[in-house]
Amino acid sequence: MKSGLYGFLFAMWGLIIIGGGIMVVLLGPFSIQQYGDFHWIITSGIKVTIALILVVIWILILSKLKNYIFKKELKF
Amino acid sequence: MIELIIPAIISCILAFFVVYFTTPPLIKILVKKNYTVKDMNKKENVMVARPGGISIILGIVVSELVLYGFFQLNEILAIIITTTAAFAIGYVDDRKVMGGWFKPVTLAIAALPIIFLGAYDSDLAFPLFGDVQIPLLYLGLIIFMIPITGNTINSIDVLNGVASGFMVIASFTLSICLFILQNYEIAIVSLPLGFVSLAFYKYHKIPSKIFPGDSGALTFGAMYGVIAIIGGVEIIAAIALLPAVINSFLFLSSVKRVVEHRQIKGKPVEHTDDFKLKATNDKTAPVTLVRLILAGGPLTEKQIGFAIFKLAIFSGVLAIITAFMMGVSL
Repeated sequence: MKSGLYGFLFAMWGLIIIGGGIMVVLLGPFSIQQYGDFHWIITSGIKVTIALILVVIWILILSKLKNYIFKKELKF
Repeated sequence: MIELIIPAIISCILAFFVVYFTTPPLIKILVKKNYTVKDMNKKENVMVARPGGISIILGIVVSELVLYGFFQLNEILAIIITTTAAFAIGYVDDRKVMGGWFKPVTLAIAALPIIFLGAYDSDLAFPLFGDVQIPLLYLGLIIFMIPITGNTINSIDVLNGVASGFMVIASFTLSICLFILQNYEIAIVSLPLGFVSLAFYKYHKIPSKIFPGDSGALTFGAMYGVIAIIGGVEIIAAIALLPAVINSFLFLSSVKRVVEHRQIKGKPVEHTDDFKLKATNDKTAPVTLVRLILAGGPLTEKQIGFAIFKLAIFSGVLAIITAFMMGVSL
């Protein structure tokens, strides 16, 4: 059981590192310039949307991982 | 560097001893006023004083005010204001039963001084890959961060000594990471949280003489969140907090809504005849960290506490590795 928890912690850590990489590689350089003074608002809005989608995907992966690691224990 | 050592030593001594010396009289006052709650995990009818948040906030405010005298940083003001607001929110919840919305909404408002004081950097730093600039998104992150860290620490405050002991490990880990990243001023500003937690742990450890209550747990969590933001170590802070994050994640993914613990009908754990704790088979009860730890068989309250501390140390090591990885770029 406890090894499962340590494994889950380690998996979460890995997901954070990978998620961070995606954020920096995809979101970081992303910019829209053709909307004059409002370009930074539009860029930020799109970044927020992508970040929220990434968070939802991250939670779904974590949920699957939780069910896989704790499949015995979660038969409560 | 030498000019930082004296304020650091003074603030750490003050943080520790203010809590160490004010908690015993606080316990007496609370017991006299009948501000006590039953310790549900004891065989006998043991009543424990609550809330201990009063001595915790006193230790934090005194030590941070001394640091402000030395450094005059807006970041310190942000810590004092947001943490005091979180304490007040928790104190209201300790005295009066509030709805599930109350803490998240009010804690989000408590985060606003960080923005108004400009005590943040909107670059989010990730290990190996560098920084990402998210000016608008970062404002949302600040608003969400304080309710999340506050409620995460509150959700792990389930057994004697767990919240304060966990905070000792997580906050000292965060301070070490700030030193590794050479953010010395914020590292020093973060140290009082560890020393306040350590002093409070003396009275909170099993058998508890006082419980932190919502006021104490939210104070711990909010200050931790503010340090993460002003120190630019949000990701590292989240990693050091992972066991508590798992607890909240398991709870939310099993309950599937934001709800107060007291509103949950099903019991995740129960007592054996020799008063150990064991996981129940109740399908309506939420899945929690303690329930998963107990899936291997019944344990005493003390054994569960140490299992959580070991997980916290493991996360702390991962956080320190991450801090070293911040200096590496792919």
